[in-house]
Order: sequence, then C-alpha cells, then structure tokens
Amino acid sequence: MKILVPLKRVADPDNANKVKIPAGGATIDTTGLEWKPNPFDEYALEAALRLTENGASPKARQGEVVVVSFGPKDMEPTLRSALATGADRAIRVDAKDDQLDGALVARALKALIEKEKPDYVLMGKQAVDGDSNQVGQMLAQLLGWPQATFAATIQEEAGALLVGREVDGGVLTLRVKGPAIVTVDLRIVAPTSVFSKSTARTFKYNDGVRFAPLPAIMAAKKKPLAEVKLSELTSDTALRVEYVKFEPPPGRQAGVKVKDVGDLVHRLKNDAKVL
Amino acid sequence: MKIDDPMPLEALSAIEPLLTDEERMIRDSVRRFVRERYLPRAPRLYEEEEFPQDLIPEIAAMGLLGASLEGYGCAGMGAVAYGLALQELEYGDSGLRSFVSVQGSLSMYPIHRYGSEEQKQRFLPKMARGEYIGCFGLTEPDAGSDPGAMKTYARRDGDHWVLNGSKMWITNAPFAHLAVVWAKTMEGDTVGGPESIRGFVVERGTPGFETPTIHGKMSLRASTTGEIVLDNARVPDANVLPGVRGLGGPLSCLNQARFGIAFSVLGAARACYDASLAYTRNRVAFGRPIAGKQLVQEQLVEMASEIAKGEILALHLGRLKEQNRLSPQQVSLAKRNNVGWSLKIARMARALLGGNGILLDYPAIRHAMNLESVYTYEGTHEVHTLILGRALTGIDAFLTDLVLATRGVRAVRSFILGSCASTRARPSA
Repeated sequence: MKILVPLKRVADPDNANKVKIPAGGATIDTTGLEWKPNPFDEYALEAALRLTENGASPKARQGEVVVVSFGPKDMEPTLRSALATGADRAIRVDAKDDQLDGALVARALKALIEKEKPDYVLMGKQAVDGDSNQVGQMLAQLLGWPQATFAATIQEEAGALLVGREVDGGVLTLRVKGPAIVTVDLRIVAPTSVFSKSTARTFKYNDGVRFAPLPAIMAAKKKPLAEVKLSELTSDTALRVEYVKFEPPPGRQAGVKVKDVGDLVHRLKNDAKVL
Repeated sequence: MKIDDPMPLEALSAIEPLLTDEERMIRDSVRRFVRERYLPRAPRLYEEEEFPQDLIPEIAAMGLLGASLEGYGCAGMGAVAYGLALQELEYGDSGLRSFVSVQGSLSMYPIHRYGSEEQKQRFLPKMARGEYIGCFGLTEPDAGSDPGAMKTYARRDGDHWVLNGSKMWITNAPFAHLAVVWAKTMEGDTVGGPESIRGFVVERGTPGFETPTIHGKMSLRASTTGEIVLDNARVPDANVLPGVRGLGGPLSCLNQARFGIAFSVLGAARACYDASLAYTRNRVAFGRPIAGKQLVQEQLVEMASEIAKGEILALHLGRLKEQNRLSPQQVSLAKRNNVGWSLKIARMARALLGGNGILLDYPAIRHAMNLESVYTYEGTHEVHTLILGRALTGIDAFLTDLVLATRGVRAVRSFILGSCASTRARPSA
C-alpha cells in the first residue's frame, strides 16, 4: 500500500504568544518562531505508518509512505523528522508561506498525486495555525475521489479501509476503497485505533505518535528528499483567499472582585452588557 | 503588577543555533520519550526503589544503548548528540541516565575498545538491543578513589582464570547478564600491582558469581545497585579483554562516562530550574508572586547562570571530543563543575519550593538526593579537584612519600588478603 501524507509546519502551538504582528497588520512576522509539524498531520503520518506495517515488527515497512510539504528550504528539518519517524521519502514543494492558501495547496497536491499515484492520501483534518479544515475536502473534489473525514479509527479489510468517524451520538463507519482521501482526528493515535491487514487485532500501540529512534534520525539524512517547484504543479498560483489584516487577540484584562450578588448582576448588566 | 512571559533558559546559553538539525532532532526525540514514557512514573519508581526493567526494550528501540559506539548495532552518534540525549534522560531521573551510561560507556565501551572481534560479535549487538545488560566492576568496599589498591585477583588455571574478590556500588549488577570485572592478575613481574589489572567479562550463571542488591539507598532509588561477589568464579580465557592491561583500561571507560555525566547532569539541574520558576511565579506571599522578590530572583539567576555556563562548557568539550582533542583534565573540570553546581541548584530548588520541595510530587528533592550519588561516583568531586590540582601545580597530592614507599609491600600483602576475601564474613549476602 502506498500512502501520501501532506504535512504542514506550523508555529509551535505551545508558544503561540511568540507570533508577532508588525504595525499595520499586513503580515505576520515569522522571525524567531519555533516550527513544529502540525499535530494532526503527525497523527496522519502515524496512521500511515501503522497501515503499512505489522505493529509487532514496525521496522519492516509493507508498502511506501511519502510525505510532502509546501514551504521554503528552511522547513526541511520538519520533513527530515518525518523521515526519521519512518516515512520512506519526502517531497518539498518550494513555496513561500504567504503565497499559499488552501485552494492553491489542493490544486498543487492534485497534480502531485496524479504523478505519485498513491492508494490513499492521509492527512490531518486541519492545521492548527489557520484552522481552515478544507484542503482534504477540496482535494477529494478536485480528484473526484471518495473522502472520509475526521477519522478516529481505520482498519484495513478486504482491500478497503473501514473508517470510523465520531459523530453526535455514536460512530459512523465508512468503507472506502482506494484511491481515496482520509483526514484524521486526534483519536487516530489511540493504542487500538489503526490496524493494517497484518497487525493482530489484539496488538496495542503506545498511545500517541511514535518516537524517532536515534539511528533512524541519523539515517534520515540519506533518505530521498526531492524538491519540486510550485509552478511545475499548477500554473494557477492565484490566491482565492485574500488576507485583509492580521491582529493579535486582545490581551486579557485584569479581573475584578465583586462585593456581592447585587454587584455581580450590576456589572454583568452595565459593564459586560451580557444581561 | 505586570507579569511578562519568562525568557526561556535556552536563550541564555544560546547554544541552539550551534547544534546541527540532527542533534536537535535527537534531543527532541529523547525529550519526548522521557516526558511521555518515564516522567509520569518517576515519583512512584523512586518511592518504590524500582528500576523499570519493562522499559528496557523501549530504551533499546530508541537506539540509546551504546549510542556513541560505531558498528555492532550501535547508533554511532557524535559526542554532542550523545550528551544531549543523556541530558534529556537525566531530566527524567539520574537513575534512568545511570542505567544507559553504565550499559554504554562502562560495559559496551570496554568490550568495543579492548575486546576481541569474537567478543564484540558475541556481546555488543545483544547489548545494543537490550537483551544483554552489563555492569562494571571496579570499585570495591575498601577501594574507591584508589582503584589501584583493589583486592580482586585473577589466578590462571589452565585455559581459565579463577577470580576472587568483591565489588561494591555496582549499578545494574543485580539484573545484569554480564559484568566487566577488573582484577589484578598474577602475571610476570607486575604481580599484584596496578599494571597487572585486566578486564574480565563474567557472565551470569558462572558458579561463584553473585550480585546481591544493596537496599536502603536514599539516592538513585530508581536505579538498581548491587555488589559483585566472586568466590572462585571461573572465567574462560575467551572472556578476557585482550586489548588492555593496567589501570588505564578502567580509567578510559570512566573518562567516557564522566564526559557524559558532565553533559547529562544539567538535565537534572534544568528540571529543578523549570520547577522552581513555575512554582515561584505562581506562589504568592505578601501580595506578590515570590519570583518577584529580590532574594528569590537572586537564586533563580544563580541557577540559570550556572546552567547556561555549564551548557556552554559541555558543548565546547563535546566538540573537542568529536575531534579527539579532549583531555582528561578538561573532563575533570566539567564533571566537577557541572555536577557540583547541579547539586547546589537542586538544593536551592528544594528550598525555593518550600514545604512542597520535600514532596515527590515535585522533582527537586528527588534530583537533590540523586545528585548526592553523582557527586561521589565517577571520580568524587574531591578527586577531580586533585586531578586538576596535580595538573595545575605539577605536584601530586594523591600519593604521599609514605604511600609510595610502602606501595610495593602493600600490593603483596593485599594480594594475600585478597585471595582470602571470599571467606570473609558478609553481613548482607
């Protein structure tokens, strides 16, 4: 099974307060930001690795996992890290972060996927910076492929994937035959969420994303990392989303202590104006 | 009162840009491993005096065992990458790091450096996979800082050696599959002297080889420590390390481990600093967070300064080691400085946390207690002072004229006593 995993780097969500916006709000200042892989994409990579191995012997890959990302050269450590975790090869589509939007990424991915011909595309349901939650769905539409979004479980069965989606009041299970797009939710990395056809159903993974072993980190620099120009994938590089202005969320105001219930009601009516 | 975000500790030493992407990745991977797999269990393991043997396969799968060695299933990492990995382990617990140091620097390293090809093939791949755990027998009940005074002897008997003696304070010994034991031999005119010392790989199951556990430690409780008792233990010639004779053998192993410790101990210090900063920024006394008080800031600044300086030193020495330019004196400088300061930092953290500082819910007391051992093992703080003192003054403070004069006599005497050691009454075994 060949799986393609699109992976986005995002500003470290644990240090989001480091994001600075210069006066005027035309752009975001990215200098000094610490970059991390988008957590949902890391989960997608973990799911892809689980689908291409026997959980009991995770070193032997059954199939191929290709990671792809869009960004400048300095994002390559993010891809190397994915290679160290277990992906077989990586592709970087050379682009500047502010020259991309979801629709453009989907158009470029479509061209890349037509060339790579994966059986499945596994990706995070959304990136935690823009929280747009759209590329997977757009991609399915552009390719005319089936899609299963917000996957919480995936089981390989009879040449298809059984995808469990948590919905109000229960779990909706879809059977998707490749080629297809699957976007994953956070519970996909629970110990018994993903089973390839060769992993015993009694097997339990460690909770979360696997660790990159040190020898694999050192071997990752020898794994192939190809560079593709954005213009080679799509001639239409126009953005559909126009960013009008960036502004940081207002800082939190200091709280006040209320004297009694009367004071509270008064303040809710007159200061907070919520009553 | 205005409270800004704290400046990250890393910004002080600013070594981040001096690391390679690979080194950063190795550090981050071990960091996550320790935080997810070890730290949640750390207080209980410490309290229960337990090393988590169930974690050994995962530690091995991470490639942490013998990681700085080349070939035989080892990762072959550079000195800085290895140091950073050890530092993250010690952020978890000095006992966890000790396990890895003893397996890699003290057990695998001597086999790798001084062993025959057959010995390397036989032991190293299994040790890298964590299937074979090793330990290192040098220190004895009556010979610590002065290993040349050891009383463990090996007597040749056909194609075997017969070992008698006992070793003390041996990390991993109670569950180890093999021990690299250093013993004096009866060969040539060096009989009984430090020059006659050789390394023996003693395997579990050898009759006369016992490893009783030392209980009641108030330090390194999450690491298993034992003795090695050799009572006419027969070791085949094939298990003698052919590549070294004399004290230089074990001391070269210690030099490896000491470099690792100089790097790694800052992990314990960082854990203590992180806990102190978080606690003092939240804890309010007399109307403001105690981190906003001058006495507390002085302590935090002292801690952060020494960690930053220690990191710069460790990185510098790591780069020297990668170029084979690191001297034993520099290793003594770094072990002495970084362990000495980390212990002080842990004690300061314990005090800053007030009453909470004595609880295992916070890492300070655990690290402070652990570092008492680290202060003493791998060359005591004092021994490193004297190594540097000897180098700087040109005068040896270890050996008095009296010791020099009697050394020959004592060597013969201790040889005779050593062969009787196995019959000595043992209080705990």
